Amino acid sequence: MARSISPALRISRRSLLASTAAIFLTSATSVRSLTISQGMPWGPDAARPPVPVRPGPWMFFTADEASMIEAAVDRLIPPDDRGPGGKEAGCAVFIDRQLAGPYGRGDGLYMKPPFMPGAATQGYQLPDAPAARYRAGLKALAGYVNSAFPGKSFRELSPQDQDKVLAGLDAGTVALDGTNAAEFFALLLQNTQEGFFADPVYGGNRNMAGWRLIGFPGARYDYRDWVERHNEPYPLPPVGIMGRSDWTIRE
Amino acid sequence: MPRKLPPKDVVIIGLGWTGSILGYELAKAGLDVVAIERGPWRDTATDFPPAYIQDELRYAVRLDLFLRPDQETLTFRNNVGEPALPIRSFVSFLPGNGVGGAGVHWNGQTWRFLPTDFRVRSQLEERYGKDALPADMTIQDWPVSYDELEPYYDRFEKLCGTSGKAGNIRGKKHAGGNPFEGWRSAEYPTPPLKQAYGPALFAEAARKTGHSPFPQPASNLSEAYVNPLGLKLGQCTYCGFCERFGCGNYSKASPQTCVLPALLRFPNFTAQTESEVTRINLDSTGKRATGVSYVDVSGEEWEQPASIVLVCAYALFNVRMLLLSGIGMPYDAQTGQGVVGRNYAYQTTSSVGVILKDKVLNPFIATGAHGMIIDDYNGDNFDHHGLGFVGGGYMGMGQPNSRPIQTRPVPAGTPKWGAQWKKATAETFNRAMSLSTHGSCYSYRDCFLDLDPTYKDRLGRPLMRMTFDFHDNELKMSAYLTDRLADIARALDPVEIATSPRKGPYTLNAYQTTHNTGGTVMGADPATSVLNRYCQSWDVHNVFVPGGASVFPQNHGYNPTDTVGALAYWTADAIKDRYLKNPGPLA
Repeated sequence: MARSISPALRISRRSLLASTAAIFLTSATSVRSLTISQGMPWGPDAARPPVPVRPGPWMFFTADEASMIEAAVDRLIPPDDRGPGGKEAGCAVFIDRQLAGPYGRGDGLYMKPPFMPGAATQGYQLPDAPAARYRAGLKALAGYVNSAFPGKSFRELSPQDQDKVLAGLDAGTVALDGTNAAEFFALLLQNTQEGFFADPVYGGNRNMAGWRLIGFPGARYDYRDWVERHNEPYPLPPVGIMGRSDWTIRE
Repeated sequence: MPRKLPPKDVVIIGLGWTGSILGYELAKAGLDVVAIERGPWRDTATDFPPAYIQDELRYAVRLDLFLRPDQETLTFRNNVGEPALPIRSFVSFLPGNGVGGAGVHWNGQTWRFLPTDFRVRSQLEERYGKDALPADMTIQDWPVSYDELEPYYDRFEKLCGTSGKAGNIRGKKHAGGNPFEGWRSAEYPTPPLKQAYGPALFAEAARKTGHSPFPQPASNLSEAYVNPLGLKLGQCTYCGFCERFGCGNYSKASPQTCVLPALLRFPNFTAQTESEVTRINLDSTGKRATGVSYVDVSGEEWEQPASIVLVCAYALFNVRMLLLSGIGMPYDAQTGQGVVGRNYAYQTTSSVGVILKDKVLNPFIATGAHGMIIDDYNGDNFDHHGLGFVGGGYMGMGQPNSRPIQTRPVPAGTPKWGAQWKKATAETFNRAMSLSTHGSCYSYRDCFLDLDPTYKDRLGRPLMRMTFDFHDNELKMSAYLTDRLADIARALDPVEIATSPRKGPYTLNAYQTTHNTGGTVMGADPATSVLNRYCQSWDVHNVFVPGGASVFPQNHGYNPTDTVGALAYWTADAIKDRYLKNPGPLA
C-alpha cells in the first residue's frame, strides 16, 4: 500500500508563496482567509454588484479593429424589420469591454504548460486568451481582405462580400495567417450572440433588442401569477438588472 | 514548517452539503468541529441578491460561482492509449467553489435511487443471467439497502422541504406520484410545484401513450416552509435562474438556506474559508490520521490536528485528496488491483427537441426542478430481455430555464447566423421545448481516476487524471430511451422533432451534467471498495468520506444529491452512535 507521501507531493514554502502571490495579483477583490464562528459574518458593502459598462472610447479595439467588428456583428445579426442588428444593439461595445476585462485576459483558465494539440474531445488547448485571439485574428482577417479585395477594408466591402468572407471563415475555406479561421469565427459568433442576449448592463442588448426579438422578459423576478396561464402570451415587457430606460427620471 | 493549531475533535474538508450536515450533527453532539473550505464564504443576502443574481452572462456563461481551473482542474483522456491533457476551462461538467459547494448551483432535482439500484448486480444477474453483463462492467451491489437508507432520505428531504407527490407510502400506491419509486415513510414535505405549459403538455402526451407521468421532486419549494433546524424557506417564484445560480429568494434548498445559519450558532463550530487542505496527515503506522495540513491565502501553511477527518469536498476532489494523502491503494487499470480511483462513472443524458405549432409556451417561466416526468424506463423498471443493454433513466419535460444566451432552439437546417438565423430564432423561441432523458452510467474496468504524471496545480501537486468514455451498453440504452421519448413527443403533434441520443466518444466540449461519481466507492469488500458501509476508510478508521457522490459504486438513472444527503445523515448517525463510543473499524 502506498502509505508515505512522496517528496514530489510535499509543497515547498517557495512554491506556496509564488502561487499565492499570483492569487493576489489576479483577483479583483481583496481575498483573505476568514475564521468564522458564533454567527453569520455579515458586514457592510460585501456584495459584488456588476459594474455597468459606460459609453465612451474603445477600451480594447483599435479604430480599425472596431470598424471590422462593427461591420461583422451587423452581418452576423443583420438589422431588419424585426429590429436592430448587432451594431445598433451594442454587440461591438460588448465585445470590446469583455476583451478589456478578466474574460479577455483569460483569468481563471488553466494556463500551465506543456501545451499540446489534443483530440477534439479534449477541449481547447492553445495558450492564448480571448483578447490575444482577437488581436491575431483581426490582423489576419485584415490581411486576407486586403489581398482578396485589393485596396478595401472589411468595412468597405458590400454586405454580400462581407457575408462571403464570414461564411468562408465559418467553413474554414478562408485561410487566415497564423489563425484557425473556423475557431476564430466560432469565438466571434459566440461573443456576438452573448452581446445580443446578455443583460444590457454589459453594453450589448441595447434597449433590450435581443430580448424583444424573441420575447424574453429578462430579469423578471416573479412569474407565480402566470405559470398556470397556459398558452397565454406573457404581457409585460422585458426588464434588465438596471431596470428599464423608461423607469429613469429625466430631469 | 507549518504552524500547528490546537487540536479539534473533527476536521471537515469542504463546507458543502455533506460538510454542513456532518458539521451540524457533530457540533450538536457536542464535538469541537472545524470546517476548512478552499473557496469564499457565501450567503444568500450578500452573494445571491435578487437585485442582480438573474445575470446569465456572469453566472451561467462566465461561471462566476464555479471553481476556476487555475485553482484546480483535471487532465482528461478517453482511453489509456491517449496522452491526457488538462481541462483548461470547464465545460462538460462544472465543479462548484466556496461555501455551499454544488448545493449552491444545483437545480434542486431531488431523486431517490430505486430499491433495485442498491443491489444492481444481484438484480441483473438474477433476472438476465450472469452472462448478460459485459465482462469489463464492474458494477457492484451497494453495502446498504434502500430500506436501511429510507429514513435518511426522509431526513434530507425534510431538511430541504422538497416538493413532490409520493407514489408509494409504506407500500400503498398513490395516484399522481411515481408508481415505480421505493416506499416512502411519509408524503413529501411540501406539495408539488405548479406546472408551466410545456410540462403540462408532456404529461398529457405521456398519459395518452400509456405512461405514468408525475411531478418531478423539487427542492425549489412550492410554498413557504420551516425545516427541522428552524430555518425558513420561501415560495419559489419560477424566475428560471436556478442551475449555475444561487437562489436569492431562499426558495432553493442549499447549505445556505437549510443548514448554515443554524450551524453557525454552535460555539463549538468554526468555518475556515479561503483555505485549501493540502493533505490528510497520517501517523507513523499509516493507520490513523492525525489531522490535515492546509494553506491560507497569505501562503501560510497550518497543521490542524483532529481526532476525526471528514472528506467532504466535491466527488472528484475527494478522490484526489485520498490519492494525495496516500490513503487506500490507488487503482491500477492494467492489473485491476487497487481501489482509490476505481469505478469512476458519469451520467448518460440525451434530448429530444420539439417545435410546436401555434403554441405559447413561455419557456422562461421555469424553475430548476419543476416538470413532468415518467420513470417507466429507469433502472430495472422494464424488461431488458432482448434489448442488448442494462440500465435506464427517467425522462420528461423539465423546463429548468430558457435563458437566451444558451437556449435558442431553431428548426433543423437553420443557418448559424445572418438573416435566416434571426428570423428562425425569433419565431421559434416561444414554441419550442427540449425533452430529456437522464440515464444511468455503469462502471467499467477502464474508466478511472489517478494522479497525472505531467500536469500540476498552483501548489505544485499533481492534477488528477480522468480516463473515461461511454461504453456500448450506455449508448444503446440512450438510443432506446431517446426513441421512447420521441414516441411520446410525436403525440404532441409537433412541427418538428430532433432526437439527440448520447453518442460516443465522450467529449469535454459541451455541457452534459455535473454528476461525476465513484473513485472512493463504498462496499462490502475491501478488495473492491475504499470505504465500508459506513463510508469509513477500510485503511484509516478515523477518516470518513460521508456521502459525496465519490462513494457511489456506479451511477444510476437519477440525480445524485438526495442520495448524497441521505448518506451524509447515515454516516453522521454511525459516527455519533457507534464510532464515538468505540473508535475503530465499524465493519
